[in-house]
Amino acid sequence: MQYVFQFGPILDRWPEFLYGAARTMELTASSAAIGFVIGIAGALGRSFGPPPVRKAIGVYVEIIRNTPLLVQLYFVFFSLPLLGLRLSSDQAAILALSIHLGAYATEILRAGVESIPSGQIEAAKSLGLKRGQIIRHVIVVPAVRAVYPSLTSQFILQLLGTSIVSAIAAEELTAIANNMAMQTFRNFEIYIVIAVIYFVLVRLCDLLFRLFSHVLFRWKT
Amino acid sequence: MSLREFGLPEFYFLLLSARWTLLLAIVAFVGGGALGLVIAALRVAPAAWLRHLAGGYISFVQSTPILIQLFMVYYGSAFIGLRPDPWPAAAITFCLNSGAFFGEIFRGAIESVSKGQWEAAKSLGLRYLATLRLVIVPQAMKLSLPPTVGFMVQIVKTTSVASLIGLSELSRTATAINTMTFEPILVFGTVSAIYFAMCWPLSVLGRHLERRLGDGRQRPVEL
Repeated sequence: MQYVFQFGPILDRWPEFLYGAARTMELTASSAAIGFVIGIAGALGRSFGPPPVRKAIGVYVEIIRNTPLLVQLYFVFFSLPLLGLRLSSDQAAILALSIHLGAYATEILRAGVESIPSGQIEAAKSLGLKRGQIIRHVIVVPAVRAVYPSLTSQFILQLLGTSIVSAIAAEELTAIANNMAMQTFRNFEIYIVIAVIYFVLVRLCDLLFRLFSHVLFRWKT
Repeated sequence: MSLREFGLPEFYFLLLSARWTLLLAIVAFVGGGALGLVIAALRVAPAAWLRHLAGGYISFVQSTPILIQLFMVYYGSAFIGLRPDPWPAAAITFCLNSGAFFGEIFRGAIESVSKGQWEAAKSLGLRYLATLRLVIVPQAMKLSLPPTVGFMVQIVKTTSVASLIGLSELSRTATAINTMTFEPILVFGTVSAIYFAMCWPLSVLGRHLERRLGDGRQRPVEL
């Protein structure tokens, strides 16, 4: 039997694809923002915290980096209600994605923090900068700048990773595609369209991150 | 109310299902590694169109989610008149996917070998493929070892996605047992521990090799 492509009925439903793409970007952006904050805190704690804190952060990073995102997602989605925390699919998805990214961001930013020569911090101290000022201007901003390429490629991997949350029926591009496939049975066509959309989103983000770096890091080192 | 308790039989059942995870990971490693060699050779080929072809392939694989690639292969089998079957679909997808990543790893290693080696081989009268096989690849192999081991961790973790087309590996078995026992903390805790036991030694080995053999550059290849 010859397979006949029918893209027409699929492409007619473009508003749903658009909505899904927006939801995917929303999930990516919110989990990236939370994950980034976890990463900054984690990297600072890992480099400057007391030994037990360093150890605890190390364990968190190793556990997350050596288990699949899908299992982390299931754990959050199914276990937290037992502990009395009721979460919607979307909330569980954001939580799991943030915890996931937080571990990778910690590891990436730690490399950035470690790249800062201790002389810089000593110089800042002797200039009379306050603790908060040193952390912000001498450690965090230069550290982020140093690892900016790794960090942004991690954000892009996060964008691709969000497709996994369709497994708990959180609303995003892949879940919308799955629903549409069940209604129309044009699975192959639908996933081809979805692949193209993800590809465009990834390229767009890549471009945006490049533009950002010009705006954010204008000063010379 | 749960249908049954989470006891030793359930634990063994989970442990046993990990062999399908391992099998799929080994298939992806062997098949993807072989494909990666071909792709790396194309990426540094003398003909520009071959380089662009391989580059486009890598770009597609790295810019779309593996889950969507898996769905495309799974439902695309109807396109060539076959019934969708989880195992062949997963095996093909994971080979094609890891082939692109291995291609990039090997290309990086090949390009780290100094240009003088190519010139020396050329002056000795070796052709392109012979140069690769006899001169470049043996030297590049050492450099590509740390990122290759690191990527194996990635493969093991990514196989969990195959559960979403119904392949009964570790993650799929976990959701089934969770439905029966309703002990998510025990079930997914155990499953996490099994994945960790497979991945962590590789992670440690990868870092060790990176320190011993690596060129010190960071290569982000993580999901």
